[in-house]
Amino acid sequence: MALDKIQVKYVAKLSRIELAEDNLDNFTSQLDKILNYMEKLNQLDTSEASASIHVLELKNVFRKDENKTSLPNEEALQNAPKKETGQFEVPKII
Amino acid sequence: MDIVNKTAIELLELLEKGEITSWEIASAYLKRIESSDAKINAFVHLDPEQVLKKIKTLPEGKLKGLPIAIKDNLCVKNQLTTCASKILNGFRPPYDATVIEKLEQAGALVLGKVNMDEFAFGSSCETSCYGPTHNPWNTECAPGGSSGGSAASVAAQFTPWALGSDTGGSIRQPASLCGVVGLKPTYGRVSRYGLIAFASSLDQIGPLTHDVRDAALLLNIIAGYDKKDSTSVNIETPDYLANLNENIKGLKIGLPKEYFDVDSNPEVKQSIQQVIEILKSLGAQFKEISLPHTEYAVATYYIIAPSEASSNLARFDGVQYGLRTDNKLDKESPLIDMYLKTRGEGFGPEAKRRVILGTYALSSGYYDAYYLKALKVRTKISQDFKDAFKNVDCIITPTSPTGAFKLGERINDPLAMYLSDIFTISANLAGIPALSIPCGLTAEKLPIGLQVLGKSFDEQTLFNVAYAYQQNTDWHKKKAEI
Repeated sequence: MALDKIQVKYVAKLSRIELAEDNLDNFTSQLDKILNYMEKLNQLDTSEASASIHVLELKNVFRKDENKTSLPNEEALQNAPKKETGQFEVPKII
Repeated sequence: MDIVNKTAIELLELLEKGEITSWEIASAYLKRIESSDAKINAFVHLDPEQVLKKIKTLPEGKLKGLPIAIKDNLCVKNQLTTCASKILNGFRPPYDATVIEKLEQAGALVLGKVNMDEFAFGSSCETSCYGPTHNPWNTECAPGGSSGGSAASVAAQFTPWALGSDTGGSIRQPASLCGVVGLKPTYGRVSRYGLIAFASSLDQIGPLTHDVRDAALLLNIIAGYDKKDSTSVNIETPDYLANLNENIKGLKIGLPKEYFDVDSNPEVKQSIQQVIEILKSLGAQFKEISLPHTEYAVATYYIIAPSEASSNLARFDGVQYGLRTDNKLDKESPLIDMYLKTRGEGFGPEAKRRVILGTYALSSGYYDAYYLKALKVRTKISQDFKDAFKNVDCIITPTSPTGAFKLGERINDPLAMYLSDIFTISANLAGIPALSIPCGLTAEKLPIGLQVLGKSFDEQTLFNVAYAYQQNTDWHKKKAEI
């Protein structure tokens, strides 16, 4: 078994996802089955292979640091579930 | 006049001659949607009144007010864009995706937003928060996914064409299952700006249409470098439509033995065999080739794609847009608890599985064993194609091992669902273009799709092979009865 319930709970927390307790068994067995399938990759010798993060040869793209019109405050906030005096409102942190 | 039965190019010709108006065209599609979409559930956001009003405001352009359906993960300014997820409930983007800007500049009319698997996570359109889309050929069957709404809306003749996105087959597989044409362009051919990201190194936007000519025209319009997407490539876009050439004499086509070894439905195998005979009679040469790392593609993809997704979906946190939990928050750490509850309530089961899987593969202690390993196998899969294209001009395979499957049949077994992408995933890992076209029907009257894979930035060869085929067959003219 690649994965148990305690690990799934822990990774869900890292992912900032609350999982209902009654889903946990089902999730764990599904994820375990998927990870077991992934083990297939270990049959393959990749010691000589480089890692492809991307298919294109990416280069940094630079541009001049110039002022441009940005999104007006009102539009940037138009979708916020909670806002206050032109800012996103979040629960108290400190 | 039977408007909805026509291809986009046929409608444009009628508009050109003044035999019809864009208002009449839009009205005909809206009427059909109104009378029949209850059976299909293709559209998730549609405002017929606004659509008709919009016609007058469109600029003059070569698309002359022709309607198009848009997958719900493409940002359309001030119109609901939700990725078929509860977590983006009510989201109206303050800007247009580059493809939408280009379409509107060309005079296209955005008809509405169509259904998809939540965040494009799925191969059946069943993970949508709006319920599944039904396959127009048989409403008990899935339309495929994730661009199931795009494919079904074209197949049901609710729109002349549609845009979808393809991360592991999400345009081609539903195109195959719904009997329409679908193209995943080369990675970098089309700007992804304004496409809500699933896996940034794999995603591409592409057309779903009735025939190859329409697909060539739509790619002409949406392709090209965009400074807002640094991964779009700054090379010239050919005129795919003008360059269509049905002469395929001497073209070398590869048949990858690993794809034909897969336990596909015999009817699918038989259809592909008939395609080979037709293309041979048109002068194409066939050659058996090997793509030796094919059997590792699904495992590689389902590590890389969820890893990228887990990072991309971090932005849905209840602060900037969409859903925020109404539940009482923990007094000790209210912010973290707000994240946990918002994401717990807002994401559906498949989105949760993928984010958790991706977080796991990227987490300390597992990164090398899963993510890094998958990136290395990805290199080998890309190399397989590079080697193959030294000897052939393009490759053909089935698009999907089966025709459309029943709704509900695979949804409780995620791994079985993942394995249905076996033929489409490698093109995304390698970044190459791939096209699916209809090439037959099963005994149960469900469409079968042919996939043509090509060299990077050589969409033209794919179009030409498909065009030659469509000039000599009429599978693309068969329509679902709804």
